[in-house]
Amino acid sequence: MRMPAGGSAAIRRLAQMVSVVVGIAVVNFFLLHLAPGDAAQVLAGEAGSATPEYIAALRAQFGLDQPLGVQFAKYLAKVLTLDLGFSVRQGLPVAQLILDRLGPTLLLMGASLGFAVLAGGALGFVAARHAGRPLDTAISALALLFYATPVFWIGVMLIVVFSVWLDWLPVGGMAEIGTGRTGLAHLGDVLRHLVLPALTLALYYLAIYTRLTRAAMLEAYGQDYVRTAVAKGVRPRRIAYRHVLRNALLPVVTQLGLQLGAILGGAVLVETVFAWPGLGRLAFEALFQRDLNLLLGILLCSSVVVVLANLAVDLLYAVLDPRTARA
Amino acid sequence: MTGTLTISAARPRPAGLVARLIRRPSAVVGLALLGLVAGAGLAAPVLYPGDPLDMIGAPLQWPGMDPAFPLGTDMLGRDIAAGITHGARISLMIGAVATLVALVIGVGIGAGAGYYGGRVEAALMRLTELFQTIPPFLFTLAIVAVLQPSIPTIVLAIGLTGWPGLARLVRAEVLRLRDGELVQASIVIGASDARIIGLHILPNVLAPVVVSASILVANAILTESSLAFLGLGDPNVVSWGGMVGAGREVIRTDWFVAAAPGLAIVAAVLALNLLGDGLNDALDLKRALR
Amino acid sequence: MSAETRTGAPVLEVDDLRISFRERAAERAAVHGLGFSVEAGETLAIVGESGCGKSLTAFALLGLLPGNARASGRVRLEGRDILGLEGEAMRRLRGTRIAMIFQEPMTALNPVLTIGAQIVEAIREHEAVSAADARTRTLSLLARVRIPDPERRFGEYPHRLSGGMRQRVVIAMALACAPAVLVADEPTTALDVTVQAEILDLIDDLRRETGMAVVLITHDLGLVAEHADRVLVMYAGRAVEAGSAAALFAAPRHPYTRALVAARPRPGSALRQRLVEIPGQVPPLGAMPPGCAFAPRCPAAEAPCRETPPPLQSVGTAAERVACLRWKDLRAPDQSPVRLGA
Repeated sequence: MRMPAGGSAAIRRLAQMVSVVVGIAVVNFFLLHLAPGDAAQVLAGEAGSATPEYIAALRAQFGLDQPLGVQFAKYLAKVLTLDLGFSVRQGLPVAQLILDRLGPTLLLMGASLGFAVLAGGALGFVAARHAGRPLDTAISALALLFYATPVFWIGVMLIVVFSVWLDWLPVGGMAEIGTGRTGLAHLGDVLRHLVLPALTLALYYLAIYTRLTRAAMLEAYGQDYVRTAVAKGVRPRRIAYRHVLRNALLPVVTQLGLQLGAILGGAVLVETVFAWPGLGRLAFEALFQRDLNLLLGILLCSSVVVVLANLAVDLLYAVLDPRTARA
Repeated sequence: MTGTLTISAARPRPAGLVARLIRRPSAVVGLALLGLVAGAGLAAPVLYPGDPLDMIGAPLQWPGMDPAFPLGTDMLGRDIAAGITHGARISLMIGAVATLVALVIGVGIGAGAGYYGGRVEAALMRLTELFQTIPPFLFTLAIVAVLQPSIPTIVLAIGLTGWPGLARLVRAEVLRLRDGELVQASIVIGASDARIIGLHILPNVLAPVVVSASILVANAILTESSLAFLGLGDPNVVSWGGMVGAGREVIRTDWFVAAAPGLAIVAAVLALNLLGDGLNDALDLKRALR
Repeated sequence: MSAETRTGAPVLEVDDLRISFRERAAERAAVHGLGFSVEAGETLAIVGESGCGKSLTAFALLGLLPGNARASGRVRLEGRDILGLEGEAMRRLRGTRIAMIFQEPMTALNPVLTIGAQIVEAIREHEAVSAADARTRTLSLLARVRIPDPERRFGEYPHRLSGGMRQRVVIAMALACAPAVLVADEPTTALDVTVQAEILDLIDDLRRETGMAVVLITHDLGLVAEHADRVLVMYAGRAVEAGSAAALFAAPRHPYTRALVAARPRPGSALRQRLVEIPGQVPPLGAMPPGCAFAPRCPAAEAPCRETPPPLQSVGTAAERVACLRWKDLRAPDQSPVRLGA
């Protein structure tokens, strides 16, 4: 029976997700026990907000007096049933905290990646078609500059220029507080707040996609089927789009999958700089409140997001490349 | 047209390599810039003896206001120029050592997986996949948070999260070489595994690894400065990222406090990337054999 | 649609074609003053070993030379000078008046487009036809190149086809607009022997049907014997002998041609007989000897041969030419003539 390309990819990714979850559970568990001090104390955060009774309860709950293997089994069981524990600092279950903040982060990531791929692809396309000439050099140099500039610094500098000097865009946050806007007005407000953070996060990946598209297109131009198309008398513009770009997209899409983990890391920095209420900022808060349980829960969830996003990329690739359909 | 049969994977000789490297303007710029940064770092204790974190001047002086402080002072009266030059030492050192850690792990795992194949390879690749799926920066954050920020923990955290890409690369190269004629011939004549790996495979893997190393150091510097920005740097040393983070507070009026160290980061990372690109072209075997 | 010229003039005429490369500030000549012509309905085979410049010549005909190559001389297609044509002017001719098929069918087709789409493209880039008409024409083209079940194949991607099938598709694309000349650069070298014969027979049949001229580039003398009307033998960028295929095999004149013909293993010859070799190698581009390029390997070479390259001269009938100073003095070949068209 022939399985469509999407089907086998989905199964593979689901298996990967299970092994990733187990793997991270191991890593988390390991980190928890590496932290100085008693694990229960670590879980409860620093003394002050946790009573001795609470810590004792935690110990019992996690079976910290029991052998490590049993502890791990319990932890794993909890993770697999989506019980990521409780955040003492915030007073809410970890899972709920994460869910609340997931939306804004996905919005930020989506906007950034979308912009980075489209603009980067366009720039790379132009650079490839003018390869070796001044426009190409300029674009490549610009890409290199964006690639070398730290995300947090760009964010800070963009705030200086656009918020402080020009006062065109807001300094931070996702929407203006207390104005009670709804519907389209609210959407417009969110979008206004989205511009700078999305742009900041996008510039690094824009550089990557520019370089990648350019390289992929130059490689495609050297292929035999392009020579066949020229020999057929196909117009240069059509060759660029229908033959070269179409094939150059494939390695770009592959790279897309690999960048997803990195972009989540960038989100931490951008959300911190712009006070964007997403997972990244939550991770930062967890960090400073020594709320390890929350931090590790975020680690787990973001990894799952990466696997799911990779699955989406696989499906996209299967659509683009007819060779991936296998019996 | 007949050619001679080559059984060794040809490597460009070192003399030719340097010549080829110099021919590319981008690589030259990269080397020069890197030299500048490294030089500043080396000269730091001479140019600015003492602790750069000492508050020695009036706070928030603009660059050029006081000739003693060419880049101005921050909100606590610390010399920014001193901070940047000392920061160069720290960043380059952390970048280099962390990359070394990543190299050891990555090359070890990649070579092991590629050479031995079978279950060893499957297990190692699973591990690599896991480390690649966990968002690297978050992972680094968690490790540093758990182990408390200090230079050794930062180095370890960056090294532990930076190796997967390298492992994949090394594995691919090793697979390519393993199935090649040179290694097959060595196996046939009974050379030991260690000898084959050490003498034949690793030297030929060197080229892509060296290119990767340059990029890895650049990324390590970016990661280290990001950690410092978030307040997770070693509190006892000055760091470019930390300086930018501190400068955020006065961004509205004294933006130079955050701007200057950021430019230093750009310079260092740019230099390493240019160098990496240059090395990539210079070590490109296809071109070398023309 | 026939491609015969009324006047009987050759469809393709090449005169004093020179191709050189610029490599690291040095100019290297690869083809030196090549000249030949092809009539409608006939197959001219250009034969030579790797590196003799035959593929470069083919690329020059379609304006496909790489950026660092320079071509000079005259190439006349249906009476029109095309060597200096650039851009849009040349593009209009490609596929419509002159077409080319290449050596490697496995990589000649775009992997992300269906073969039907690629043939339709060959039509619609030059002619204003509706998609439906183009599809109909494509289906008949696929049938003409003997691809079974054209309807199904139309929507398939190249990776589902074998090498031989892909080459048929490439031929279909080349013939889509009924060109006057088809240049085939080693079209079967990468294919199995049985498939080779099928493809070349197909090209012969199509040539007879359409009256187009075929320039067949090859290194395989066997193919030349079976499918060529006339032959041009190249060595180190120069033509060394030209003439009808029959005459060439019956009585080769140039020492190189004689050696090539003699080197072919013949069925029926004694098993223990040593294969005839041509000792030595083709001189590399930068190290051409001053005189005849073949002189270092030639058993008949003498002093005058090493001074200047011998010109291509007519001998016997007008169409037969040899570039050798000593061909008359060579003994008649003692091998039995090769049987053609078996």
